Amino acid sequence: MPEQSEHLVKSFDQDLKRLTDMLIRMGGIVENQVALATEAIMDRNAEAATRTVEEDVKVDALEREIDQYVINMLALRQPMAADLRLVVAALKATGDLERIGDYAANVAKRSIVLAQFPAPYSLGGLAHMATLVQAQLKSIIDALGSADADEAIEVWRSDRAVDDIYNTIFRELITYMMEDPRNITPCTHLLFIAKNLERIGDHCTNIAETIYYAVKGEVIPDVRPKGDTSAYAVIRPKE
Amino acid sequence: MSTTMSSGQQEQRSGFAGGVQVRAATGINEPKISIEEVDFFYGDHRALKSINLELPDRQVTGMIGPSGCGKSTLLRVLNRMYDLYPGQRATGRAMMDGHNIIAPDMDLNALRARVGMVFQKPTPFPMTIYENIAFGVKLHEKLSKSQMDERVEWSLTRGALWTEVKDRIHTSAMGLSGGQQQRLCIARTIAVRPEVILLDEPTSALDPISTLKIEELIDELKHDFTIAIVTHNMQQAARCADQVAFFYLGEMVEVAPAAQLFTAPKEKRTQDYVTGRFG
Repeated sequence: MPEQSEHLVKSFDQDLKRLTDMLIRMGGIVENQVALATEAIMDRNAEAATRTVEEDVKVDALEREIDQYVINMLALRQPMAADLRLVVAALKATGDLERIGDYAANVAKRSIVLAQFPAPYSLGGLAHMATLVQAQLKSIIDALGSADADEAIEVWRSDRAVDDIYNTIFRELITYMMEDPRNITPCTHLLFIAKNLERIGDHCTNIAETIYYAVKGEVIPDVRPKGDTSAYAVIRPKE
Repeated sequence: MSTTMSSGQQEQRSGFAGGVQVRAATGINEPKISIEEVDFFYGDHRALKSINLELPDRQVTGMIGPSGCGKSTLLRVLNRMYDLYPGQRATGRAMMDGHNIIAPDMDLNALRARVGMVFQKPTPFPMTIYENIAFGVKLHEKLSKSQMDERVEWSLTRGALWTEVKDRIHTSAMGLSGGQQQRLCIARTIAVRPEVILLDEPTSALDPISTLKIEELIDELKHDFTIAIVTHNMQQAARCADQVAFFYLGEMVEVAPAAQLFTAPKEKRTQDYVTGRFG
């Protein structure tokens, strides 16, 4: 926490700094993965797709490293209060980041399959969604590094927009699939891609909640508006 | 935030500000002792400044803070230990069952039977184990031989010492280990059947295993006694206490359920102390 004075035991401060640094490093790799995955879909760039998947190994290794580091800190430092919340937050955030990396890799893999089909329609909606999610991810990693609860809240609120676009894309893709059964394969992949991006946004809000608790010592005093209504979307086939 | 909060949430949150609801919500019992505006003086030095604190009935209150912050002084107020020393005085109220402990007309012998104390270093009397227990009981009660035997066994059992010493209760208490001696002192305190037990750093001279035995004992005893423990070991306060009070420079800075105080303290000074930023 930036506003706090130093520990009597200086090496504890160094441990906490190292933990934050590792998280930011992990966040940076994941951010890059999402950017590469987006490039893979939009530009049909197979090389970007491959790199996205390859980066996942680094992310997994970092996750294990952070997990072990947190366990060691809990055992050896017995952190209390804000320190304890920060250390536990790191453990939770690293889990969310790892999942985000997985979703990015999954998007990249689907982009390779998708590239074998002619684009059924404009990917503008998806591109917009990817831009929003990337902005969310960037902000939340910044907030993680600077322990900024206000920025975390911003990200937490902004997820609504991502959910709204996802719902639009969902309906649009179903329409395409009904129009021509040959669209089903690419559209299903696109649907999963959109869902993966939407899930990345959800994990960003999880991290936002984690940061808020770590900094403030209380949960966000509000209920997050759940925007993904696709579960209720029913479109009847024409008779 | 408040603008988007539903009225139901607002009601719930403002409800937590009420005294009774705080207790219900946090699992802290009604007070056995209510300390109100207590000041304490060593001569001219004001060692306690307007202390307000409730010791919940049959629960453990941990008191933490750096050396010289007043936590041991407060314990000494609660059984009027300071009366033995000229030049030391307390003002304010410490209400127990409607009576002010600090009032000049308080019967000190009766008070000390109701509020027992155990110190940092084990202080067994140079007598047998049996006599260590019986000594205090004889001051307050007239018991027959068999009643006394029963009381000694009961006290040593409650003190988690009986099985270890039952074959040698008529040997000198000085032959016990440090941890056993401290449990004997706790048993001796329990023997007069007090209502409140004050523990002043009871494990700071003990090894880790003896410490854990005492902590286990505290957990057991809180079903029947109200306990206040002063400790320099924050982990110990976290393990033992239902509520924890943080003292600094003669003030009671913050009191909260242990889980809250050690995860999300409200006061910056508490935060700095429990995270090791000063002390």
